[in-house]
Amino acid sequence: MGEAHVAGTGLTEFGRTPDRTGRDLFAEAGLEAIDEAGIAPSEVEHLYFGNFMGELAEHQGHQGPLMAEAIGVDAPATRYETACASSGAAVLEAVRTVRAGDADVVVAGGMERMTNMGTADATEGLATAADDLYEIRAGMTFPGAYALMARAYFDEYGGSAEDLAHVAVKNHDNAVVNDHAQLQNEITVEDALDAPGVADPLGLYDSCPISDGASAVVVASEEYVDREGVDAPVAVTGAGQGGDKLALHDREYLARTPAAATAAEAAYEEAGIGPEDVDVAEVHDCFTIAEVLALESLGFYEPGEAIGAARRGETTRDGDLPVNLSGGLKAKGHPVGATGTGQIVSLTRLLRGDHPRSDAVPDARCGLAHNAGGTVASATVHLLEVRE
Amino acid sequence: MSDDVRDDGYDDLLDAIEDGEGYYLECENGHGSLPPRRVCPHCDSRDLTEEPLPDAGRIETHTVIRVATPQFEDDAPYVTAVAEFGPVRLTGIVDADPEDVETGLPVGAGVGESVTRGERVIELQPR
Repeated sequence: MGEAHVAGTGLTEFGRTPDRTGRDLFAEAGLEAIDEAGIAPSEVEHLYFGNFMGELAEHQGHQGPLMAEAIGVDAPATRYETACASSGAAVLEAVRTVRAGDADVVVAGGMERMTNMGTADATEGLATAADDLYEIRAGMTFPGAYALMARAYFDEYGGSAEDLAHVAVKNHDNAVVNDHAQLQNEITVEDALDAPGVADPLGLYDSCPISDGASAVVVASEEYVDREGVDAPVAVTGAGQGGDKLALHDREYLARTPAAATAAEAAYEEAGIGPEDVDVAEVHDCFTIAEVLALESLGFYEPGEAIGAARRGETTRDGDLPVNLSGGLKAKGHPVGATGTGQIVSLTRLLRGDHPRSDAVPDARCGLAHNAGGTVASATVHLLEVRE
Repeated sequence: MSDDVRDDGYDDLLDAIEDGEGYYLECENGHGSLPPRRVCPHCDSRDLTEEPLPDAGRIETHTVIRVATPQFEDDAPYVTAVAEFGPVRLTGIVDADPEDVETGLPVGAGVGESVTRGERVIELQPR
């Protein structure tokens, strides 16, 4: 079984472009990835496309063929929907297809158009990632769900809003030089603590913004890359997916995310490495507490230990394990369906040395991407390694 | 979805809670869950029976929702909480002011009405 290489990457700016259609957003990212790989669209054998709420945002279902058409690809196309992990799942499927020898060249990507909905309707749309009968009808929102997890975490392990503020400060600081990021402003711990409340204990600066954007990668077989002389030094060496009960109240833990642990264990096993081998990580920080929960599930910290990681400087740019050098969802933005593949794009560029924050990790050989859906009822983990 | 169409299982449970006869589903291994279900979410048991919902629960975690969806915009701010009732948990809106809610607070289950749309809501009522 050959390895699956990231042969091309494409990313729109994440931000507020309410008038741009989803098909145009994805066309920009998809064509950039195809051009970077130096392939012809006719070589693409399948499109795996992630999108969460296109029916609500654009009155558009059946987006697979639409998006293939938008990038000039005449091939089967399938949409993946696992809420905010939609395009992580799309990448996973692309990797499996290539490794299995079913295709040499595929495209994976994702897109979300959200700001055209307005904050209220986008909030309602995002909430549909939860259980409609027993959560949404009890007033749950997406920030509210993570707030319930944050409170449970504080009660079980300790920690404070100030600890979470350090996560936001770190990720904003990382995004300052990233022109693809939505929020390129530095903030202070005081700014975060003084911001308006959204769902206690989470405030505005604990939350990712509402974003439009798209992302894409060309995934190609090792054989194809070697034969065609494609410059693709980064390979996906481990991939895993985990699942959990949809509703928080049906879970074993309120302050842990075992679906991410399951995904990580599968990815580590496949790659034959462990958390100690990871040099840099992009994790799903839709809310600051989510970064904490992710770091513990991924094996970087024991439960209850990651809450102070940013405050202690362990996950900052000059720390032992820089986390979310792109700015994370928090500052880069979170166009839901684009986020998972967007992390793969960021990591690939960080490892290749052509990301605006590559200088923070000049010797990095291994990166980890963690993408989560809902309150982590879905999770994907990918390990990327430099292979030349 | 039309307003006069019910969601079997869910609406039956709310009817029962309104009548003071709330229940949950229990499998032979003692796991609790909420209807409609044909299989226990915690094991693969299909032997589910309706058991009386314990009168007293306790709040496990809670949040004050300040930015609500349009469905609850006139209700905000309000407290949504997860409460444990023995082998089952319920998510509901707490019938109390935000400053009066804390982890461990004893609650019962009831059915209230949302301010915004007058829809039925599972309510956690401090005891």
